[in-house]
Amino acid sequence: MSYKAFASDGFGFFKSNSVDPVSDEDLTPYPTYCEVCFWKCAGWAYVDKSGRIRKVIGNQNDPHCNGRLCPRGTGGVGMVYDEDRLKNPLIRETRTDGSQYFREATWEEALDKVANKMKEVKEKYGPEAFGLFNHGTPGGMLEHLLRAYGSESNAEPAFANCRGPRSSAFYSTFGAYVGSPENTDIRDTKCLVLIGSHIGENMHNSQVQEMSDAIDNGATIITVDPRLSTAASHSQYWLPIKPSTDIALLMAWIHVLINEGLYNKEYVEKYTFGLDYLKDHVKNMTPEWAYGITTIEPEMIRTTARAMASAAPSVVVHPGRHVVWYGDDTQRSRALAILNALLGSWGKRGGFYFPESVSVPKFPHPHYPEPEWTWKDWNDGKYPLATMGITTELLKASIPRYNYKHQVKAWMVAGTNLPLSMPDKPLFKEAAASVEFIMVMDTMPMDITGYADVVLPEATYLERYDVIRSAANREPNIALRMPAIEPMYNSKPGWWIAKQIGERLGLHDYFNYDDYSEVIDWQLKQLGTSLEEMKKIGVKKYPRKSGPLYLADNEDFTFNTNTGKIELYSTDFADHGFDAIPKYTKHPEPPQNFYRLIYGRAPMHTFSRTSNNHNLWDLMSENSVWVNPKVANLWQLKNGQEVWLKNQDGHITSFPVKVRVTERIRWDSVYMVHGFGHNNKKLSRAYGRGASDTEMITNVAVDPVMGGTGMRGNFITFLTEDPALEGKEVKA
Amino acid sequence: MRYAMAIDTKKCVGCGDCVVACQTENNVPHGYCRDWIVESVDGTYPSLSLEFRSERCNHCDNSPCVRCCPTGASHVEEGGIVTVTHDKCIGCGACIESCPYDARYSHPEGYVDKCTFCLHRVQKGQQPACVKVCPTKCLHFGDLDDPNSDVSLAIKDRKWKVLAPEAGTDPQLYFLT
Amino acid sequence: MKEELFVSGRNIPNIDPYLNIWHWQIPLYLFLGGLAAGILFFAGYYTVRGKADKMQTTVKWAPIIAPIALVLGLFALFLDLKHKLYFWQLYTTIRLESPMGWGAWTLMIITPISFIWVASYMKELVPGWNWKFSILEKFEAFVIKYRVALAWVMMIYSIILGVYTGILLSAFNARPLWNTSILGPLFLVSGFSTGLATIIWISKDAKERKVLSRIDLVFIIIEIFLIVHLFMGFLAGSQTAIEAANMFLGGPFTVSFWVFVVILGLVFPAVLETLELWGYHVPKWLPPVMILVGGFMFRFIMVEAGQITRYLY
Repeated sequence: MSYKAFASDGFGFFKSNSVDPVSDEDLTPYPTYCEVCFWKCAGWAYVDKSGRIRKVIGNQNDPHCNGRLCPRGTGGVGMVYDEDRLKNPLIRETRTDGSQYFREATWEEALDKVANKMKEVKEKYGPEAFGLFNHGTPGGMLEHLLRAYGSESNAEPAFANCRGPRSSAFYSTFGAYVGSPENTDIRDTKCLVLIGSHIGENMHNSQVQEMSDAIDNGATIITVDPRLSTAASHSQYWLPIKPSTDIALLMAWIHVLINEGLYNKEYVEKYTFGLDYLKDHVKNMTPEWAYGITTIEPEMIRTTARAMASAAPSVVVHPGRHVVWYGDDTQRSRALAILNALLGSWGKRGGFYFPESVSVPKFPHPHYPEPEWTWKDWNDGKYPLATMGITTELLKASIPRYNYKHQVKAWMVAGTNLPLSMPDKPLFKEAAASVEFIMVMDTMPMDITGYADVVLPEATYLERYDVIRSAANREPNIALRMPAIEPMYNSKPGWWIAKQIGERLGLHDYFNYDDYSEVIDWQLKQLGTSLEEMKKIGVKKYPRKSGPLYLADNEDFTFNTNTGKIELYSTDFADHGFDAIPKYTKHPEPPQNFYRLIYGRAPMHTFSRTSNNHNLWDLMSENSVWVNPKVANLWQLKNGQEVWLKNQDGHITSFPVKVRVTERIRWDSVYMVHGFGHNNKKLSRAYGRGASDTEMITNVAVDPVMGGTGMRGNFITFLTEDPALEGKEVKA
Repeated sequence: MRYAMAIDTKKCVGCGDCVVACQTENNVPHGYCRDWIVESVDGTYPSLSLEFRSERCNHCDNSPCVRCCPTGASHVEEGGIVTVTHDKCIGCGACIESCPYDARYSHPEGYVDKCTFCLHRVQKGQQPACVKVCPTKCLHFGDLDDPNSDVSLAIKDRKWKVLAPEAGTDPQLYFLT
Repeated sequence: MKEELFVSGRNIPNIDPYLNIWHWQIPLYLFLGGLAAGILFFAGYYTVRGKADKMQTTVKWAPIIAPIALVLGLFALFLDLKHKLYFWQLYTTIRLESPMGWGAWTLMIITPISFIWVASYMKELVPGWNWKFSILEKFEAFVIKYRVALAWVMMIYSIILGVYTGILLSAFNARPLWNTSILGPLFLVSGFSTGLATIIWISKDAKERKVLSRIDLVFIIIEIFLIVHLFMGFLAGSQTAIEAANMFLGGPFTVSFWVFVVILGLVFPAVLETLELWGYHVPKWLPPVMILVGGFMFRFIMVEAGQITRYLY
């Protein structure tokens, strides 16, 4: 009898069994790595005798989690047993009266429809016109399919809508990327500087753990944040900065280090290029100058700069994660990189280590066909330093009236909920309406599924095989994901979906296996292990081949940059006509009666992905808008009162949000946790709970360097009455 | 043997992992929780202090809930762990009324339930689920009578406080400040 | 500004945002228990004093209500249990530290006693009553012979019952409103007063009513005195105690308490009874009904309000 019979909670027969805790001896562990967020912590899914997953626990040997999963990982069971899950393939139909609905279809029919559409697009427009929005491992399978088909037109929100600027900035400075997990040596640092990072509210597992270690070791923590974040509350220094002025602070710190001679002279002398340019550039960027802009006292700027210098080289100025704020974000990340370079932390213990990953051999397949144009070509020469596809450009390339040279005609979407992750929702809606076909592969009826022509129900990470995880860490390591239970309902793993579509397109050679476990077994054997062994251990570490973690004292080292050195003065930027050293630019401030919208994360949720997960919904079922008591007084807002938000462009949130009156936020800003305000009724728990901050983000400041979408230049005001009753104003 | 727990508020980030882990380990029904996070803010911007506390039953030494139970369902196990024998509980609610920490709840099945310090795990030498999962390692558990146990070492050189000491129940959850 | 809030979504049914585990069943049980205690006490008292003939209602008729009240009270208590099938576990142990346990066993003793008491007067209450079995006839004769001893036992246990209804709450010092030793004597006096009110209501003997009214008046005055001291004690206590008191001094329970419990339940009946003693004509049923309603409201409000008060959050 399969587990399917015991799938739902309400199966009363097993009620009394499910009440008592089950001893670990009666549970079978299956190795996996988590997909609730992108940290991919490896763990064990414990299955009881009746075939039900009871809990997911971290793998002790895994450097991503050290045996401890975060609340999302622990709540992974909620993703599997969510009764709102997509159960069958869905196809959009139109009735005679023009109204539309989704009907359930067989896999045969749904896959045929997708394959036929792909053939059609290839004939009419070329395979490049089929685009992909993806995130995480689900997208990886579809990426392979599309490459085999002839398209490299993919974009991940993670780049232009999140960490793109720092990738480009650090690459131009150090010749290396800040990966994921970031190569920050927090656990051994003496000084952790967080400017634009809210570790503890973002639950980047190993980093939160290392910050906890740093606290135990007595490290100095300096947090720059307009809000008293959790990290700020655990810091020795909290700099309550005025929003949008961070570059001024960073340059003032650089000024102090240079003028007081506190920078790491040997390191800078040996490894960097452009110090003289930098000295000249910052000579007038004094703490007093920065004080007028940032409202941080000059003495505090000096004290914190000195604290960093005295800890150097064991100091981490954290690159941040979501850095798309005001449109000059690559420059701000550059300033941050320069600061790290002056402190000499790159390649040093307690600063940044040299990560290494295991190179997993590719399962043999023919060369991918060369597409005529790729994501690089949409940009039309703009954003020269972009290293990945830009999602907003993919949207614009899908809308004929933007007249892009290369037009995209159809989409696949996997692992990302575009209506809540794309800034400028009207742009997304127009793009979705313009393309001829959208296929969405997802586990839940997320808002994006409402825009699809075909919806394919994917099995969750606990129900499938997947690529071998190999991320760069201190120690190279791999992790196995295998199914703990059979896919529930009629869901299928991503690899199966990709293979089925591929075979319908005649691409059998790219999918030369019957079950993905064959691929994994082959790859593991190439790596000196096997599927059998990995099933028992879950994570395997390998010795480093690229050399030590850190630079030895006075070691000769060539950086992967134009000059072979760390570029304080960026030749890449200069070559493309951008400021080689960052300048401070003033950004617009909120008009009267408006407040800057700042948004962030909560440690128990992953953006909008987990809002319906019953275990995590128990922890937080909706977001609130944080309002300073002075502002609340002014507007007569009470704690718990529901308000609608309206932004500077007249857009109003679809749902109201509760007010939290708190001193933790400044009087010129409000704060919300991102990922709520779902608009799909099929999400029984998440529908209508909280408000979507994305609806308020319509003013996008595009970064000219790599196309990042700066989102923090949006201002909101409060509506205490339901705007639907008034019937006017533009709706989001 | 006296089991106790220390919670380091300097490290707790209020992520709620302890709540979810307890839920999956002990099959706590949705809508109920055996442990929870309290956020405490004080001051005026920007002179502020913020504290996160992971709270649960304090397994008090002088527990009113054990005293007031008419059937003896609420009792003390070895090491001072306070638990409820489901089959002896009549669901009268006296223990719920008597807890100054509101740590108990009425389980949908009828009996009274609360944190058990994962007695079923402690008996096998394992740690409670919340302690084992906490990513910041801010939860310390062990035998107070053993000077080398995790919890004894945690409270040795640190300032700590308990909640509502005026209730006089002698709680065994120490919040390191 | 101080903020203290749950951030892990805690919202346990009947516990948050404030405790609400005990509903109407417990106040009803406390009320009926107090009432029965009052009736049985005075039944026993006047028997011991040898005044059984002068206080017929007190000694013979009113006690009929006692077992009914006790059984109803026990039933209410049973309904309150959430794990009903296991209710018998109550009687498998004696736990001296548990007020609930005290209550269970005290009721176990006094309920049969009240049945026996009423049974012993059956022949007077129901003319031509015949115990069919000779063993019952013998038992009846035995009881009648040792009625005074039984009366003593009944008095003692009724005091225990009356005090217990108050101690039950005050034992839970986790609820600041109940954390006072005044509740025991207060509920005892209140219970006796409601018992007296019942007897006064059903008595047809004016002299009997006069005697009882005098006693009742004294009890009401003691009650008011104790209530005043209750609040004085709270206001002189810790922050949580002051907040508990403030629920009645401007908070949500102000009107219901002072109007229904104090004025209509104590002061007004006292005034009416005094007027009656002075010879004015007052409807017989009015003061007792007001006292009874006031008594129930008092217990209901104390249980509701007490659960709202808490030490933390």
